[in-house]
Amino acid sequence: MTRPNTYRSGPDERGHFGIYGGRFVAETLMPLILEVEKAYREARADPAFDGAIREHLKQYVGRPNPLYYAERLTEKLGGAKIYFKREELNHTGAHKINNCIGQILLARRMGKKRIIAETGAGQHGVATATVCALFDMPCVIYMGETDIARQQPNVFRMKLLGAEVVPVTSGARTLKDAMNEALRDWVTNVADTYYLIGTAAGPHPYPAMVRDFQSVIGDEVRVQMQELEGRLPDSLVACVGGGSNAIGLFHPFLDDPSVQMVAVEAAGHGIDKGPLAHAASITGGRPGVLHGNRTYLLQDEDGQILEGHSISAGLDYPGVGPEHSWLHDIGRVEYVSATDQETLDAFQLCARTEGIIPALESAHALAEIVKRAPKLPKDHLMVLCLSGRGDKDIFSVAQHLGVKL
Amino acid sequence: MSVAVDHGRIAKRFAALKAEGRAGLVTFITAGDPDLETCRAVLHGLPAAGADLIELGLPFSDPMADGPAIQAASLRALHAGTTARKTLDLVRGFRETDADTPVILMGYYNPIHAYGVDRFLADAIAAGVDGLIVVDLPPEEDEELCIPALKAGVNFIRLATPTTDDKRLPAVLQNTSGFVYYVSIAGITGAASADNAAVGAAVERLKRHTDLPVAVGFGIKTPEQAADVARVADAAVVGSAIVTRLAGGLDADGKARPGLAEDVLGFVRELAGGVRGARV
Repeated sequence: MTRPNTYRSGPDERGHFGIYGGRFVAETLMPLILEVEKAYREARADPAFDGAIREHLKQYVGRPNPLYYAERLTEKLGGAKIYFKREELNHTGAHKINNCIGQILLARRMGKKRIIAETGAGQHGVATATVCALFDMPCVIYMGETDIARQQPNVFRMKLLGAEVVPVTSGARTLKDAMNEALRDWVTNVADTYYLIGTAAGPHPYPAMVRDFQSVIGDEVRVQMQELEGRLPDSLVACVGGGSNAIGLFHPFLDDPSVQMVAVEAAGHGIDKGPLAHAASITGGRPGVLHGNRTYLLQDEDGQILEGHSISAGLDYPGVGPEHSWLHDIGRVEYVSATDQETLDAFQLCARTEGIIPALESAHALAEIVKRAPKLPKDHLMVLCLSGRGDKDIFSVAQHLGVKL
Repeated sequence: MSVAVDHGRIAKRFAALKAEGRAGLVTFITAGDPDLETCRAVLHGLPAAGADLIELGLPFSDPMADGPAIQAASLRALHAGTTARKTLDLVRGFRETDADTPVILMGYYNPIHAYGVDRFLADAIAAGVDGLIVVDLPPEEDEELCIPALKAGVNFIRLATPTTDDKRLPAVLQNTSGFVYYVSIAGITGAASADNAAVGAAVERLKRHTDLPVAVGFGIKTPEQAADVARVADAAVVGSAIVTRLAGGLDADGKARPGLAEDVLGFVRELAGGVRGARV
């Protein structure tokens, strides 16, 4: 494959990143998708839109969040100098809010009256419910029954924020089924409803739009690292489910050849333990078409979608954003994976050495740092996207550690 | 790319219906629902029960444009071990008993993508498939399957919906062949029904843009509703209601009770009665 002049120009006008992406939706939704695309294109060209986003990110979300030198972890691992991008310090405790601010402002601009969203672990649901409360818009969150049972605190949080949480009982009752159900709602309520997708996946323009809204992560890292070290970082590490925090960190650096990028998928019980034992779509899946885009998917020989497994409810989606599939194929980003056990170990290490309880999603990226940092020189600058805080996960971690709360 | 003269079974069937002066009944069942044996019995009985065209659902794990009835049918079929290959086998078996009734596969793209487009089209033609309806392939993605299908001689039937405005309609119709499937409501299968006047107006609008026959579906549950549609369209499509009738014939373990196929075919006969009596 030839190396493009830039890695940052995608997608093309039809929403393709190489062979990935596209607009694989029912005809009823197609005019809506085109409407979102047009509205987003116009909004991007409007300085007032960008200004409103910046203002909310600063005053409401609390950006910029720090690029924090994790000194004790660096010493403990004895190699690369490790920085954490502290997305977990955002209002609502994760990077998800960055995207929700952008999309709710777009929905208002489009005159939409009602917001729907899907959620897995509940972080995107909470962030969506939050911006809907802020902007006084009715909000319906679709969440699989299985996820509702294992993420009770977030369910209650969404309800406190005034959202209606609809349990999804179809299929495997997790994130992909919640997304199916949100699409069914959208196709039925086309006139007044905006679908606020939580990750850099789905039909065009969502993967590009969510990436743009999350790129504030990488943009800040670039400025902050310049201030702290006077140069670019050497490597960036982030976890990938759908991949919005990873693409947000990576995208501003894609054309800096000295910056290495590593994305960490969820290996669950182990990729070698069969297709139902993990949620690593790129490492352990193959290209297919689901939820509006062509991308790497967990699927059987007959093209039926498989239900992934991960200790982290935020990563067990059977697909991944299309731009990641492309970045994998062209080799710009390295895709690796971390098992549940490696993640639990890294989760505890981070809590004890840095006094930060990370989200289980982010702990996957930490697990990779634990493997990688010791082998690197001390002047290697490594940035981890600490995409979310781990309070929501203490119950499942306690369960895995055999502790009764 | 438009097909100048279409010699396929679908075109022949609609020409015959026109000659008879009546609308057609298009029936949907999911391949392998609730199991291959029972499905085969229903499928083979459909023409005699009055189905003029047959839509056979290619089961998919994530049918995001379908309502609960067809989702459940898809899952029953998958649990019974139905694959794309077995779906084509069902069509091949049907063709041994019926050379004329058009069979249209309806489903989502990923199972075809996984099978391989070229191989799928070749095997589908060999099995006796006449057309494809692939819900998640809008005209924007025509290069994926629509154009290869047309080149291979398989009709590609597109859905037009209430959200397809006049500006967009030509793009939707451009590579459509066989017939146009008008989805009468914005929503999922098996949900609300559209009112007759709106359907009539929509069919007229489509007819101004195309010479292809127009079939109308989504939300038709009774012989009376089928008759209403048959008065204004070239065919009425019934899916969820048939699938729901089938589900009613399952025991607590999801196995077909004796007489299920006959009961489903009885319902199809009622629907056919509605359609055939509509324009007297």
